[in-house]
Amino acid sequence: MAELEIKNLHKKFGKTKVLKGIDFSLEKGEVVSIIGSSGSGKTTLLRCINFLEIADEGEIKVDGNTIFKSGENITSKKMQEMQLLFGMVFQNFNLFPQYTVLENIMLAPKLHAKQKYKNDFKMKKEAVENIRQQALTLLERVGLTDKKDNYPCQLSGGQQQRVAIARALALNPKILCFDEPTSALDPELTGEVLNVIRGLKNSDTTMIVVTHEMEFAKEVSDKIIFMADGIIAEEGTPSQLMDNPKTERLINFLQK
Amino acid sequence: MFLEVTKQLCIGFGMTLKLFSLTLLFSLPLGLIISFGSMSKFKPLKWFTKVFVWIIRGTPLMLQLIVIYFGPGLIGAWAQGQIANGSTGAFINFMATFKVFDRFAAVLIAFVINYACYFSEIYRGGIESIPVGQYEAGQVLGMTKSQIFFKVVLLQVIKRIVPPMSNEIITLVKDTSLARIIAVYEIIWSAQVFIKQAGLLWPLFYTGAFYLAFSGLLTILFGYIEKKMDYFRS
Repeated sequence: MAELEIKNLHKKFGKTKVLKGIDFSLEKGEVVSIIGSSGSGKTTLLRCINFLEIADEGEIKVDGNTIFKSGENITSKKMQEMQLLFGMVFQNFNLFPQYTVLENIMLAPKLHAKQKYKNDFKMKKEAVENIRQQALTLLERVGLTDKKDNYPCQLSGGQQQRVAIARALALNPKILCFDEPTSALDPELTGEVLNVIRGLKNSDTTMIVVTHEMEFAKEVSDKIIFMADGIIAEEGTPSQLMDNPKTERLINFLQK
Repeated sequence: MFLEVTKQLCIGFGMTLKLFSLTLLFSLPLGLIISFGSMSKFKPLKWFTKVFVWIIRGTPLMLQLIVIYFGPGLIGAWAQGQIANGSTGAFINFMATFKVFDRFAAVLIAFVINYACYFSEIYRGGIESIPVGQYEAGQVLGMTKSQIFFKVVLLQVIKRIVPPMSNEIITLVKDTSLARIIAVYEIIWSAQVFIKQAGLLWPLFYTGAFYLAFSGLLTILFGYIEKKMDYFRS
């Protein structure tokens, strides 16, 4: 069974139709890259999957269960549950500037633990300790253990993005999404972020990556989706798409 | 004489400080509520708030003081006149009970409303200047709206609004002198007593030292707060 299934997703802003019926599915541990020129709708697609935008039409299934269907009323509790299935890494990192690296990673899990255990101080304390241990493990994984007490403004862009990845992982999302994770970085800093993503692939994390890094997409993806004008114009394995593009649009896009 | 003047001015300045601190105590939270009103997605509330803020910011504080102090008394007198002419009804009876406010209460109400409106615009500016990415980051981490506001946004807003707030609060120190318009015994009034009774002008100049000392203190305090929040950039 597919871990994620997107069916007939539509989204428009005002009169502009940005997504015109998107269908795709993703198996557990798979990495899919979404490529396409700007304005093709790839970021909107990712935002609909993360419920930062609510699709006008369509259905989203996780592990066979429908978690979103257009027209159904979404309570804020349901929204929270839906959002926690997915992790999101933004182009501009969006770390919380007033918190240290470790606090950034721990903030949301701590709030969730507080909600869950309410007045059970013993359980809460235990949960917070676990969260701390997990956060430290994650920091080690992204190679920033020595920066745990620094503030975001003291880090380079690449380091900030690695913290953002650790922060997203701290909630154990089923599927991790990246919205152009290296676009805001200097070229010499993209490598460290891409290395972290490579590492995640090796540990079987299901990922959706919107990217402009063609070489990276080719190397790390199990599947590539090429979007144009709000539809999936072509999809397939990296070699199918990169080496034997079929549509004219993709041929043009790859030549740029 | 100098000691006597100092003593009287201290008493007057006590009233100034009382007005200053009570105004802050009420207008700081009220301003936040008004700012939420002016950012509301519910259009009628939004426009009502905007018009209210426009009226309060668009008219002199001195005029507002006079309206609040004398207004209820005028309404009460008018209603009593109507009753004398044979009008009846619960509402007119209610209005007839309106009296002139206690002086200090009138001043306080006028100051609180006036400053809350100015603060609300500072809050609004601060809140709207926080990048939308901060809200979205909280959202994708499954945080609730209030968690995002209190745990993520608020401190960043405070950092941004400290400079304009300190400006406004220092203005408030000096605006308290308007209270003398309706004969509240604050520091300027206490100095003017010496002009009337002893023909002394210098006590009035001397009040400047009190204002300077106090606003100097506030400047240092705000400088300290700004420095305290220097550890992060937003």
